[in-house]
Amino acid sequence: MEHKEACAGCETLGTPEQKAALEKLICESRSTPGCLMHILQEAQGIYGYLPLSVQKEIAKGLGISLSEVYGVVTFYSQFSLKPKGKNRISVCLGTACYVKGSDKILEELEKQLGIKCGECTEDGLFSIDSCRCVGACGLAPVMMIGEEVYGKLKPDMVKGILDSYREASK
Amino acid sequence: MTTKELDKIRQSKKELIDVRRLVQEQAEKLAPLTGYRKQVLVCGGTGCTSSHSMQVIEHLEKTMKECGIDDVLVVKTGCFGLCALGPIMIVYPEGAFYAQMTPEHAETVVKKHLVKGGEIVKELLYKGTVHEDGSIIPFAETPFYKKQMRIALRNCGVIAAEDIDEAIAAGDYAAIEKVLTTMTPDDVIKEVLDSGLRGRGGAGFPTGRKWMFAKASQGDIKYVCCNADEGDPGAFMDRSVLEGDPHCVLEAMTIAGYAIGAHQGYIYVRAEYPVAVHRLKIAIEQAHKYGLLGKNILGLGFDFDIEIRLGAGAFVCGEETALMTSIEGHRGEPRPRPPFPAVKGLFGKPTILNNVETWANINPIIMKGAKWYSSIGTEKSKGTKVFALGGKITNVGLVEVPMGTTLREIIEEIGGGIPNGKKFKAAQTGGPSGGCIPASLIDTPIDFDNLVAIGSMMGSGGLIVLDEDTCMVDISKFYLEFTADESCGKCNPCRIGTKRLLELLTKITEGKGTDEDLVKIEELAEHMKASSLCALGQSAPNPVLSTLHHFRNEYEEHIHEHKCSAGVCKALLSFSIDREKCIGCGLCARNCPASAITKTDYVAPGHKLPSLTIDPAKCVKCGVCMSNCKFHAVERK
Repeated sequence: MEHKEACAGCETLGTPEQKAALEKLICESRSTPGCLMHILQEAQGIYGYLPLSVQKEIAKGLGISLSEVYGVVTFYSQFSLKPKGKNRISVCLGTACYVKGSDKILEELEKQLGIKCGECTEDGLFSIDSCRCVGACGLAPVMMIGEEVYGKLKPDMVKGILDSYREASK
Repeated sequence: MTTKELDKIRQSKKELIDVRRLVQEQAEKLAPLTGYRKQVLVCGGTGCTSSHSMQVIEHLEKTMKECGIDDVLVVKTGCFGLCALGPIMIVYPEGAFYAQMTPEHAETVVKKHLVKGGEIVKELLYKGTVHEDGSIIPFAETPFYKKQMRIALRNCGVIAAEDIDEAIAAGDYAAIEKVLTTMTPDDVIKEVLDSGLRGRGGAGFPTGRKWMFAKASQGDIKYVCCNADEGDPGAFMDRSVLEGDPHCVLEAMTIAGYAIGAHQGYIYVRAEYPVAVHRLKIAIEQAHKYGLLGKNILGLGFDFDIEIRLGAGAFVCGEETALMTSIEGHRGEPRPRPPFPAVKGLFGKPTILNNVETWANINPIIMKGAKWYSSIGTEKSKGTKVFALGGKITNVGLVEVPMGTTLREIIEEIGGGIPNGKKFKAAQTGGPSGGCIPASLIDTPIDFDNLVAIGSMMGSGGLIVLDEDTCMVDISKFYLEFTADESCGKCNPCRIGTKRLLELLTKITEGKGTDEDLVKIEELAEHMKASSLCALGQSAPNPVLSTLHHFRNEYEEHIHEHKCSAGVCKALLSFSIDREKCIGCGLCARNCPASAITKTDYVAPGHKLPSLTIDPAKCVKCGVCMSNCKFHAVERK
């Protein structure tokens, strides 16, 4: 289902609400110097990711080439060309977390969910990414699910945390 | 707002703030003047909110209401520094330091301590503040705080981070008042120059010189930028300043604007710091309302405004020209210098860029003078430096010490040493651009030049402590993975060099390295240092070179003996079961993800069940068997 929508997204600009929000965003920001990053950040907030159709619309709205927009999107790790899971997991691989074994947390997540870092589960419930330091080094190793921070993790805690999200989505 | 009105706010909350800074007896005398019997400060920084300090506040307020307490003030502050013990809560005037609070603990503190005639709940205090005989040590006297000197962090954990009145009462905006009423732009630059302040973002360029160049540049439009794109993993002091005292950054940028003749500032901040962004937005809005930003500041005829720009996760954007390109809305690729930003920077105009911690030093320099500031620190590195202590250390958190403090003082005294009885092996400073300081150099006084001399660098101040369980080859591979991933790709030495270095290191960690590889690494590293476009590529080989210099034996051990003593490099490990120790419980076999453990037909003397064995062909070397075995029968080689 998720994938079908993603493909449809290549051609369209999503729901009428999403389309209107994007138009309003471009219209309001286009006169600010250096507005492209801001527009992309907000657009990703509207769509959850940045499909090609949205990038085309932004390029058109700002009067710049699609390659320029695409160049910026692919430069920064915050922007995504693919849809993400309902629960976005982000494992900190900053130094403080790494020396305390966050790579093992990531391995356990990959094992439990059967996907690799950067991918999304088939049911669209989870996606895993790695990040560089959320600044909660006192709690290392750390991962975030959505806005929630989980600290002082051990690999055997991972399953229980994932289950609580599975339960909540039922 | 006029300077008179500013002073009125300052005076009205003076006692309220003073109580939080004074020693206990003085604070107790002053407390009645504040209008509150007690004040409870709860940390609202990212570290503590991640361990649910907001629920602690909720519970405090709820229970206080239930108990009919209305003369105790609850304040949500920025970071206190001791993040490992979060959530942290301090009660004044006593200065009682409660650690690892839970909502239930909060309830207990209200009912036993905050009520009239209540007493400190000793069992909930941070144990470092309680003597063996039960008497209480003020937290300022604990080993963690005693050796610190807080200049940049002076207001963090002292004021309510979202209240401009408290910021003013704590001294913010006094410097801009002094500058606009009594100093010329040249006076300001001279003061900063004389203070000896060097940029806290990495390279340590003298801040005053940067300002002088920008002032000398011709042009009617100039910009002031703040680098809050703290990308160095393990460093979080800039985040803490923005979360705890955002106004000090706004004020300092305005002062710089006045000094160089700029009227617009930009703060480039990581999108990964939602709390910091939120508090900055609030601070800018409040400063506007009070006439401390915008047109005609304090009615003294100077205009200055600040905009926030969010980063999007690119390490290279910490480099000054890349950061400016990113603010302009492009791919954050660095550009060649010269021209330097002071001549041609943001949107092609003269620009100065300083990082958050540098800005946080400006107010004290203006207020207390260059002479005072330059009396702190070492000959060429003045003032203090904030370090983010992380890794294998007891007191994980933020510390601010005078330049020249030794690594030993920071790690053993302030940091509380290495946990679990392990041995100190090295300290990593400067993140992916820095290097490792071995245990033999632990008495080195830390300043900009000493760190460079021993093959590391200050960087932004991340200080990761490594113990004997850390493999130095693996750690340099970790950093190269980082820089190879974050290299923007514009110049070849960095883009290809980081990749090749990583390949060589991977080869060594897999036990396939040769002596020739070490020669190649050193040669390649020199080329990268000499020919990369920006600091990212120029400094990317540092972690490898410094570990190769100080820990060459570990590299050689991997190459010649195919061995990783720290037990980290998986390809070089093998797990086996000591059949005399194995009681045959089968716990390891049940937990083995690869089903590599099976029963043998040998029963050790004194045991009832046959021992188990690991099939090396199936073993994935995860180590789960070892951590599960209660009889230490699993051996790692």
